[in-house]
Amino acid sequence: MLRALKIEPEKCTGCLQCEMACSYENEQVFNPSKSRIRIFNFHDEGRFAPYTCTQCAEAWCLHSCPVEAIVINPKTGAKEVIEDVCVGCKVCTIACPFGTVNYNHDSGKVIKCDLCGGNPACAEACPTAAITYVDIDQTGLDRMRAHAQKTLPQSAQAA
Amino acid sequence: MAAAKKKPAARRLARPARMRHIIIGAGPAGVIAAETLRKLDPNAGVTIIGDEREPPYSRMALPYYLSRKINEAGTHLRKTPRHFKKLGIDVRRDRVTAVDARNRQVKLAGGGSLTYDKLLIATGSSPVSPPIPGMDLPGIHPCWTLADARHIAKHARPGAKVVLMGAGFIGCIILEALARRGVQLTVVEMANRMVPRMMNTTAGGLIKQWCLDKGVRVHTSTKVTAIEKGPDGRGLRVRLDNGTVLPADLIISATGVRPNIGFLKGSGIKTDHGVLINRNMQTSNPHVFAAGDVAQGLDFSTGEYSVQAIQPTAADHGLLAARNMAGHKGAVHRGSVNMNVLDTIGLVSSSFGQWMGATGGDSAELCDRNRFKYLNLQFKDDVLVGATSLGLTDHIGVLRGLIQTRTRLGEWKEKLKHDPTRIMEAYLANTQAVGFNAGMI
Amino acid sequence: MAWTRNVMRVNLTKGTIKREPLNMEWAMEYLGQRGLATKYFVEEVDPKVDPLSPENKMIMTTGPLTGTMASTGGRYSVVTKGPLTGAIACSNSGGFIGAEIKSAGWDMIIFEGRSKKPVYLYVENDRAELLDARDLWGKSVWDTDHELHKRHQDPLIRVAAVGRAAEKGCLYAAIVNDLHRAAGRSGVGTVMASKNLKAVVVRGTRGVGNIRDPKAFMKAVNAGKKVLHDNAVTGAGLPKYGTQVLMNVINEIGASPTRNMREVQFEGASKISGEAMHEIRKSDGKANLVTNAACFGCTIACGRISVIDKNHYTVVNSPKYWGASGGLEYEAAWALGNDTGVDDLDALTYANFLCNEDGIDPISFGSTVAAAMELYETGAITKKDTGGIDLKFGSAEALTKITELTCRGEGFGKIIGLGSRRLCEKYGHPELSMTVKSQEFPAYDPRGIQGMGLAYATSNRGACHLRGYTVASEVMGIPEKTDPLTTDGKPALVKAFQDATAVVDSTGLCVFTTFAWTLNDIQPQIAAACEGDWSMEKLHEVGERIWNMERMFNNAAGFTARDDTLPRRLLTEPARTGPARGKANMLDKMLPEYYRLRGWTPEGTPTKETRARLGL
Repeated sequence: MLRALKIEPEKCTGCLQCEMACSYENEQVFNPSKSRIRIFNFHDEGRFAPYTCTQCAEAWCLHSCPVEAIVINPKTGAKEVIEDVCVGCKVCTIACPFGTVNYNHDSGKVIKCDLCGGNPACAEACPTAAITYVDIDQTGLDRMRAHAQKTLPQSAQAA
Repeated sequence: MAAAKKKPAARRLARPARMRHIIIGAGPAGVIAAETLRKLDPNAGVTIIGDEREPPYSRMALPYYLSRKINEAGTHLRKTPRHFKKLGIDVRRDRVTAVDARNRQVKLAGGGSLTYDKLLIATGSSPVSPPIPGMDLPGIHPCWTLADARHIAKHARPGAKVVLMGAGFIGCIILEALARRGVQLTVVEMANRMVPRMMNTTAGGLIKQWCLDKGVRVHTSTKVTAIEKGPDGRGLRVRLDNGTVLPADLIISATGVRPNIGFLKGSGIKTDHGVLINRNMQTSNPHVFAAGDVAQGLDFSTGEYSVQAIQPTAADHGLLAARNMAGHKGAVHRGSVNMNVLDTIGLVSSSFGQWMGATGGDSAELCDRNRFKYLNLQFKDDVLVGATSLGLTDHIGVLRGLIQTRTRLGEWKEKLKHDPTRIMEAYLANTQAVGFNAGMI
Repeated sequence: MAWTRNVMRVNLTKGTIKREPLNMEWAMEYLGQRGLATKYFVEEVDPKVDPLSPENKMIMTTGPLTGTMASTGGRYSVVTKGPLTGAIACSNSGGFIGAEIKSAGWDMIIFEGRSKKPVYLYVENDRAELLDARDLWGKSVWDTDHELHKRHQDPLIRVAAVGRAAEKGCLYAAIVNDLHRAAGRSGVGTVMASKNLKAVVVRGTRGVGNIRDPKAFMKAVNAGKKVLHDNAVTGAGLPKYGTQVLMNVINEIGASPTRNMREVQFEGASKISGEAMHEIRKSDGKANLVTNAACFGCTIACGRISVIDKNHYTVVNSPKYWGASGGLEYEAAWALGNDTGVDDLDALTYANFLCNEDGIDPISFGSTVAAAMELYETGAITKKDTGGIDLKFGSAEALTKITELTCRGEGFGKIIGLGSRRLCEKYGHPELSMTVKSQEFPAYDPRGIQGMGLAYATSNRGACHLRGYTVASEVMGIPEKTDPLTTDGKPALVKAFQDATAVVDSTGLCVFTTFAWTLNDIQPQIAAACEGDWSMEKLHEVGERIWNMERMFNNAAGFTARDDTLPRRLLTEPARTGPARGKANMLDKMLPEYYRLRGWTPEGTPTKETRARLGL
């Protein structure tokens, strides 16, 4: 059974432990600006929204890559950037309609969530269980996908 | 798919009519279409015909080859050895000279012809050589093929005087690569700014200023009137209409491209600027489809059919064309959003959709000339229809997301007009409830 | 090594910015943040300096754990000589800018001199520049923050700024960062404004690395997180009620100073408590509290995010205040509420919003208003002085009006902005000022919590609960329970808390962790992150060294044992209600013993032996 990140924004306190854990896992420094997961703060509403790649079936990033630098990890289903192959053209960053692929100026490559190979550091670090890594049918993602496809009948099916 | 792998023989027996798909062109649109066809129909014959000798590669990657970020293999569209063979996709090096639509055949330059059930035209485009005296002199190259890139790599040595004709999208990504090679670079652009088809006056002007600050000479609103041999017979001289004469060791021509449709003459397949297609990626002939830079497809923003010639559109086209070729109902093109992202010597710019604005629409703009930061959002009613940015790289994909889902921004439109940098908040506030915006294509 | 080893020196007079290496010898003796920046400060600044002159300096400083994953590791401090007190000032703040400074590659930023025209400092990693802030001068912190975010087109820049109160000379103006976190006490914002420095804007994308032993560090961090999570205060009480968890508790034990500390219990406490903030309002069907919120890296998340009822008189015509923002923490609720006798939760929340919006310390402000109310009651000041405000105890309207004036530096608000001591002296009743070393008291009455009397009297920055929070022991039993009504063992307790707090304030961590953590929980995190010897023994020594260094600066600035005292009211007027009934604070029973434990002379200066032992 594939697993996915389940995000419950109402539990988030905006502490950024997830961002630090993510950047530490991936970049060996505590650096929110390099995190693959980001907390957005709706200040006037007192709301926080953790946000990262949902590993969508459509995989716009993967299809738009001109050099096959984004591939699917068969174990986790994650779309992973192969850093050695990425040329830093940034096409995936504009192609991903969710805005979850970012360009890293320091490495000259793009970065996105890869579910840490199946053990997401963000979920482990979250002190309030706002981010958990659960079986995919518990995330509600499938329901959302079904809903979206009903709403938009001409949608692309996963190729 | 797993089941199909196990019982290919049984399938073959059950379906005697094995489909024959032919794809002309080995670029991203053609390759994605071929792979998709293979997934959708494990038994179909899938043939790609490409006229370059290299394995299918990406023109997008050439600048990175030039800047030595990757080697030639790094430009290849697929990295796994024998990728196409493993998938049972036949990649042929040949050139299609004509399409005989009546007999469903393509004629090959190498002799003979191939019969298809469904044909995909994904022949891309070729650089246009401007009508300037001296364009045929040696030392003038386009930067379009790997072969071109090899030539340029050989001549663009540190200190070499290089004149780049054209500061469009392609010109600008080559510019980055050339700057990294340490050449003395001069750019000549006819329009009044850089990247005129992707950036408005303010943003294009800022990119020019950025280049000037980095030591690149830039002439905008300037035409090349002639190219001549150098006085001592070595090198070249470029005459500009502002009277300047530029000595050059190497001239790179990036003045535009044109869809490769010449071979369709007489086929009955209708063309305009590119190959005309409907929302099923189908040409005027129901068995022939087109995708990528050669196709004049639906533009999401304008509702018109135009040639976009960008990588994401080629990918969209390739996927959809394959689905339609495989007979999938409902694979209807919703239109592609025109968009580009560009890195000009470290200054990242992007534009989306109707970045130039929509009739009756309004906009929000922030500009910090000192720091080369720029953000411009274009609205129609409370829907985002276009955007331009300089110096923004985080989460820029949501600009596409908001445009393509035609998300009604409601109260967020006013917030964005007041402060356009809150785009990510606006996106999340308006989409997080649904979570998924599936159905982009 | 956790430190970035970079110090930025900004000379506002000359308009120059320089990088210099961090003095690692000092870092080994003073750790970071409060300790290390104070070391820089005392080495560079004449103790007699006029706090608002260009010769005073101001240091924004992070700790070695700032910006790391250690829970609460987002703190920074501002060290300067305080204009309210004339003593060393060190104000600590959370939010996000501390970690951002660190992530940009800086341990501290030293500001010196005074700019000719208003400027702000913009830092993007190793690039730093002073930019024109003339158009920002006269704007509130909130407006400045919004404008700078727009101007730099970056939602991720962090802004610390001063508001109109600081510009107009309010002596307890704060530096507010991230809209509602503040280096709040002692007037550090006033110093910043005196330098014509409107804001500090930071964007750091380098991150914090250089952890000495990453594996050991993550292990210590996770162990620490678990302790905080499992603890009743940090794992449940603070997230749910914030520091406001204390409002009812402290009131019940008779230690809630009320109406300028005349009383020790407030009848309206339950209406403005943490519990009350959760209650659904009848008027609009919403609770005051929207959510709790964390500062950078904090797994406690005690921050309050509140909304005011749109129909409340304070905001009915001001949609600007209808959104959620930083709500009442205990000290603010107490100072604005109990001490002025106001029990209108919406009015207090509004006053709190304004304190954040324009950057003033709500403790000093509320206490000063309380003193003014008592002066008004005695007739020492009249409506003529107040500009028509009927400044009665318990009047929400008077409170919110005077808050508006003080925040904007207008009318009688300018007088209130001078603080309680100067106000009471001006109107001939210095005895009504509830201050130590000119700084106003916070929310724990030393008649009901005896140890706090000593902590206030000896605090190096004037009356303050965060220099030695013996409340933890005397009320909550952390780390062990002591009797709040006796003085037994309090000198040692105060000293231990003061020294330990000096260490915590030098790490980059939040002192609230010490509801659950002791130095034993913190030590492994420091030791794993930082090079050098950071044993428990060493940390205790560092704490004591910092305390004595601050003391010596104050002594040199002119403070003596005579200043280690409490207002007469707290020493002579016994509590009239509650468990502490009949008791005043018994400072004289504690102070000599404290001096002895400290190794100070009876005049309150560290002896030669003490100085030698601590290397001072």
